[in-house]
Amino acid sequence: MRIMLFNTILLALREIRRNVLRSFLTVLGIVIGVAAVITLVTVGNGTTEQVTQQIASMGNNMLILTTGKRMGGPDRSTAPAFSVEDSAAIKREVHSIAAVTPTASSSVTVVNGNENWQTTVTGTDNEFFPIRNRSITSGRMFEESEISGGRSVCIIGETVRKELFGAQDPLGLSIRMNNFSCKVIGLLDVKGQSSMGSDQDDTVVMPLKTVQRRLTGSKDVNMIQISVKDGESTSDAISDIESVMRERRHLSFNEDNNFNVMDMKEITQMLTSTTKVLTALLGAVAAVSLLVGGIGIMNIMLVSVTERTREIGIRLAIGAMEREVLLQFLVEAVVLSSLGGIIGIIIAVIASLGISTAINVPYVFDGGVVLLSFMFSVAVGIIFGYFPALKAARLDPIDALRHE
Amino acid sequence: MGSAGAPLIELKGVTKVYGMGLSEMHALRGIDLTIESGDFVAVMGPSGSGKSTCMNILGCLDTPTAGSYKFAGLEVRGLERDQLARLRRNYIGFVFQGFNLLSRTSALENVELPLLYRGVSSAERKEAAMKALNLVGLTGWEKHNPNELSGGQQQRVAIARAIVTHPSVLFADEPTGNLDSARSIEIMELLTQLNKENGITVVMVTHEPDMAEYAKRSVHFRDGLVVS
Repeated sequence: MRIMLFNTILLALREIRRNVLRSFLTVLGIVIGVAAVITLVTVGNGTTEQVTQQIASMGNNMLILTTGKRMGGPDRSTAPAFSVEDSAAIKREVHSIAAVTPTASSSVTVVNGNENWQTTVTGTDNEFFPIRNRSITSGRMFEESEISGGRSVCIIGETVRKELFGAQDPLGLSIRMNNFSCKVIGLLDVKGQSSMGSDQDDTVVMPLKTVQRRLTGSKDVNMIQISVKDGESTSDAISDIESVMRERRHLSFNEDNNFNVMDMKEITQMLTSTTKVLTALLGAVAAVSLLVGGIGIMNIMLVSVTERTREIGIRLAIGAMEREVLLQFLVEAVVLSSLGGIIGIIIAVIASLGISTAINVPYVFDGGVVLLSFMFSVAVGIIFGYFPALKAARLDPIDALRHE
Repeated sequence: MGSAGAPLIELKGVTKVYGMGLSEMHALRGIDLTIESGDFVAVMGPSGSGKSTCMNILGCLDTPTAGSYKFAGLEVRGLERDQLARLRRNYIGFVFQGFNLLSRTSALENVELPLLYRGVSSAERKEAAMKALNLVGLTGWEKHNPNELSGGQQQRVAIARAIVTHPSVLFADEPTGNLDSARSIEIMELLTQLNKENGITVVMVTHEPDMAEYAKRSVHFRDGLVVS
């Protein structure tokens, strides 16, 4: 029986070689199906990976405390702002957090000579940098006196530097905003686009007090940014922060929070789950073409059985058993479809490498999908090859021999 | 197999009916025929006389409707498809009028085919096939495909394929029907030689009396009966 199987595979390969063009056209459906499934899933996974990486680059274990019920909730404007004291209270009372920084932001036009640029100024302190996972590439962070005194010093992002200074070294120079000038003391590292599409380098960082006094004109803090200690539970930290804030905002037990703690991990999951669903959906659509490919194989195998009726008759007369003829045609269909699968895999690897490079997402090889698609193409061969093979095996040798 | 001393082929009251009811067609109406091992029998008769039906039954390609067919003592009637296939594989060789070789397949591979189904190893297959081709005088032609061979040579390949398994009996259905007279004589001489020197039982259908001359005896069919 082992000799038989080996010979049957050889025979099938010979039959395929005999009709190269037809064999290729037969498996084209499978080739396209497998290539489409693997390419779409690979590129989809790459996109998910990119989102994850970008969010991770914004800071791990990061929580953002904002006013209002939810992101953009209806009573955001009526909810009272935070204060520096809130930030200090969180730092004092919640032990699972690594760092806290109060921030206040304002959209401002910054000017250097003839160049001007609309950007976002964030007032904060030195804790901001580790929390947001940012570093200073040249120059320095704020000094304690600059923070407490609300001095006019700033650290600028790459986009702002490029727009205002071009080839000039900005360190020690001043930029103007509204009616005051501000000395550049440092440059932020380059981060590029965030997954939400905003430019993370289009920013100016200043001491909180400076922003409050000179730009917003109030003591309000819009946002408190927090990083949780490694190994500490984020959800525990969130509930601790919530209870501190409820107390500080004098909320009675039946009142909803008028602030919101966002977990960056949650946002990551939200965004990646969207791309994952999309990937699965596209993969499923592509899988339909595999099915269509299977019908193509069945079609050609049926034609082949009719064409080779006499050959089948000879084999039966010589003493081939039903299952041996069945096996021969089944093996032929499976060899065809798995060849299609292999060609599809090769095309998919090339295509997904190309697409990943073109749309600038990481190439994530998913062995599982490759294996699954291959097994699927083999299964398609078995399922759609079975009926024609059975038809061949059930032929009456006398009729088959008489067939012209 | 079967009981010792039994004739190779023994038909008793074999009938074959095709169709049912009004369209019933009696192809064989009760055949008694015995063929001993080593015989060379020519089966003759006009078309529609039942000789082809009888050959199909003898060759275990078909089974009788009624009566008894004992092949070397074994009752063939009532056997399953695969049991018939096993019988053909191990004890029967076929030669057809139209040669029936696999196209685009070399002479050697054609001859090896029956051994493939017997599960013979590649080396043994090749050796046996070369031997069979040598026996039919085709040494040197083993790499050629059927379309590169003459009709006579193709029929020799078919004979080599039939005898490569050392069958108990060789059924030849008008083996010279597609050949000119010179080629026909060559084939008949080959069959006679195989019968005499190799002891292969040959049962041959023909409608040419010249060809029947080569056989040891003739059986004549008419209207589904053996007439002489």
